[in-house]
Amino acid sequence: MTGHSPTTEAGVIAAVAAARAAKTPLRIVGGGTRQTIGRPVAAPATLSLAGLTGITLYEPAEMVIGARAGTPLAEVEAALAEKGQMLPFEPVDHRGLLGTVGTPTIGTIAAGNLSGPRRISAGAARDSLIGVRFVNGKGEAIKAGGRVMKNVTGLDLVKLQSGAWGTLGPLTEVIFKVLPRPETARTLLIRGLDDARAVAALSAALTTPFEVSGAAHLPKGADSVTLMRIEGFAPSLAYRGAALAGLLRPYGAVETLEAAETATLWQGLAALSPLAGAGATLAVWRLSVRPSDGPATVAEIGRTVAIAGHYYDWGGGLVWLAVPAEGDGGAFAIRGAVAARGGHATLIHAPADLRAAVPVFHPEGEALGRLSEGLRRSVDPDRLFNPGLMG
Amino acid sequence: MTAIAFPVPRADILARRDEIIAGLARLVPHEALITSANECKAFETDAFTAYRRMPLAVVLPSSTEEVSAVLAYLSAQGVPVVPRGAGTSLCGGSTPQEDAVILGVSRLNRILEVDYPNRVVRVQAGVTNLGISNAVDADGFFYAPDPSSQLACTIAGNIGMNSGGAHCLKYGVTTNNLMGVRAVLLDGTVVDIGGAHCDAPGLDHLGLICGSEGQLAIVTEATVRILKKAEGARPVLFGFASAEAAGECVAAIIGAGIIPVAMEFMDKQAIAIVEDFAKAGYPLEAEALLIIEVEGSDTEMDDALARIVAIARRHGVETIRESKSAMETAAIWKGRKSAFGATGRIADYICMDGTVPTGQLAHVLRETDAIVKKYGLRVANVFHAGDGNMHPLILYNVNDPAEAAKAEAAGMDILRLCVDVGGCLTGEHGVGIEKRDLMPHQFAKADLDQQMAIRAVFDPAWLLNPAKVFPLEGRN
Repeated sequence: MTGHSPTTEAGVIAAVAAARAAKTPLRIVGGGTRQTIGRPVAAPATLSLAGLTGITLYEPAEMVIGARAGTPLAEVEAALAEKGQMLPFEPVDHRGLLGTVGTPTIGTIAAGNLSGPRRISAGAARDSLIGVRFVNGKGEAIKAGGRVMKNVTGLDLVKLQSGAWGTLGPLTEVIFKVLPRPETARTLLIRGLDDARAVAALSAALTTPFEVSGAAHLPKGADSVTLMRIEGFAPSLAYRGAALAGLLRPYGAVETLEAAETATLWQGLAALSPLAGAGATLAVWRLSVRPSDGPATVAEIGRTVAIAGHYYDWGGGLVWLAVPAEGDGGAFAIRGAVAARGGHATLIHAPADLRAAVPVFHPEGEALGRLSEGLRRSVDPDRLFNPGLMG
Repeated sequence: MTAIAFPVPRADILARRDEIIAGLARLVPHEALITSANECKAFETDAFTAYRRMPLAVVLPSSTEEVSAVLAYLSAQGVPVVPRGAGTSLCGGSTPQEDAVILGVSRLNRILEVDYPNRVVRVQAGVTNLGISNAVDADGFFYAPDPSSQLACTIAGNIGMNSGGAHCLKYGVTTNNLMGVRAVLLDGTVVDIGGAHCDAPGLDHLGLICGSEGQLAIVTEATVRILKKAEGARPVLFGFASAEAAGECVAAIIGAGIIPVAMEFMDKQAIAIVEDFAKAGYPLEAEALLIIEVEGSDTEMDDALARIVAIARRHGVETIRESKSAMETAAIWKGRKSAFGATGRIADYICMDGTVPTGQLAHVLRETDAIVKKYGLRVANVFHAGDGNMHPLILYNVNDPAEAAKAEAAGMDILRLCVDVGGCLTGEHGVGIEKRDLMPHQFAKADLDQQMAIRAVFDPAWLLNPAKVFPLEGRN
């Protein structure tokens, strides 16, 4: 297998030109911690972006940071932390779930649109992504968006790249808008709620002006915990914490976790810790549904599939679901339950043969599928980039 | 002004006008089809009034099915289509052309679903921006993006242009608050993208369509995020002796971890114009004025404003006016909100919309002034300071063709400057016809070719809003 490891955008262009000349597709690799997400890719060569490193722009007063695609996420987050700032969307870390090791890169965060718990209030990775550079299938470097946070000039290829998982060409540089890191944070916690009651409590918290920035439910029968995070300046937090606790009293006794515990807890959720170590015997799905539909969707799936574990984030709208990695891995039942209500389901963790057998990404339907095929051809006429990864 | 070129109307389409109108008449009710010169005249321009073209006809469907039938027919006939919301575009986004049919969404005006527990509203695309907020206001919710034209502009137009507003520093622009659309492709195919759930299952078609200026599809329904209103909002007004000091104050506020819900900037010229009209008590001696607004409970606002005032004092603020009452709040905002209208009283103006890195604000203000002086004109600046989205108002006399041409040239110079300092041509108004020919200044040929290749997936024959966004030369 050929491996390209360029350290510059020009090197990426050369690798793409070589792949095009030889008609050999490329498997694009960032930090290598998410190579098992997606359908197995049949590519005789790899293009690693891990050598494209370095922060290219950081203006704290303008709330913007740019970095080459292979820059370790940790490096970007450390630079931001030093100035009291952060990536708003709390990137997901898949290593615990997938059982991988390595260094997640900022480019993959952008390419996968990988948002964690704070997505519920701060938007997704794609909402914070304001600029990209990428190389198309003709070997041309393409610029989209830029470094200013309000920009409607031309088609928004930035959004299109976020969530394309490299199938629209390797990103070489990404620019995010950022936010101040909250001065402090706390979590309100209610024990013992069933799924439906918990999602109702989360909805009650989210339909206030108190800017709840995390809303999750971890069902463990009578030991379930329902979690709501607020962040900000101390006087504001004291006010909002008391107001929210009062409002939530009908759902049960409200406990409070202070800043340190809150940080650990939500870091764990951003790392998918409730389903970490799923191993080879479980398939793990990620369902995005209307939040109030979450519990009924899970219940319907549970009637035909043995659910090994599940939990809710994003107020109930994001469901992580573990089922046995047997047969179709629950695909028929899960996609049926989601389709009946609107939403989508992605098979995030499964053995390669299962990921080859069922669509990993939710089928788009005929018309949108045709558009996606056209979009990929328009960027990558020879289908060089991660062919088949998204189905 | 005739500097911006239009494609030559296709004689074969003009010759078939009666046949095309007859074809449309079979698809929509009589009252949805406008063909007389008198009535079409109302559609000959938008808020970019310097450019006017009579359309071939205007069709105003009242259902997705009608939009589908009309698009299928017109695309099969090879007739260009210009989508139109309320016609409030400042960049000529819905300027017609003689061989095109205008497809307006104004009759698609129903609120379809209000879902408070999930914080979403689904509407037909001709509902106005403010119409969404009004529908949920009594229950304490609102739709966040708030363009100045929000009373009139439609959500379809907001999606077409990815519109912003004064509060997007905190709440984001249209694309950040849009969760789904029902849209009609050029061949009449109806697609549903997104909905009350988050994120795309595959490629982000929604993100691509938002801001595509009606060139990819026509949106007939939208699902948007609504938010609970803050308990209160309170502005404070600051006067500074220089634009630099005001700019540094803005940077320091952000540096202190505070994101006010709005940070509006006005220069001396704008202050004078506005004060003369609104008598809002603005400090006439100030070179720069900031209106900074915070939200929350009284306790939270007291805390945030104390922090902001302390920062302003460290940056040499000369005037501070904190609102102590609803009346004072209204007075502070009255000036800002009447800025465009007040300017319109003293002269005609064109409003530019470039965004610059906020660190460049003071430099760009100085250069803008120099550019406009070079053309012998005046400029007033009123804009969103937190995000660097500038709105220089270039004052001129619309009845003086030479002065109009100068104003247009000055505007183009200012936009080039915005790009040259690391910004962009348009922050929230869109490219339209106005900035179309400047696109090569911001994008390399390969960038534009790639955008056009993507556009071609939806509309290979250049039928949807064809005169806009991309320079007429070099199209593929």
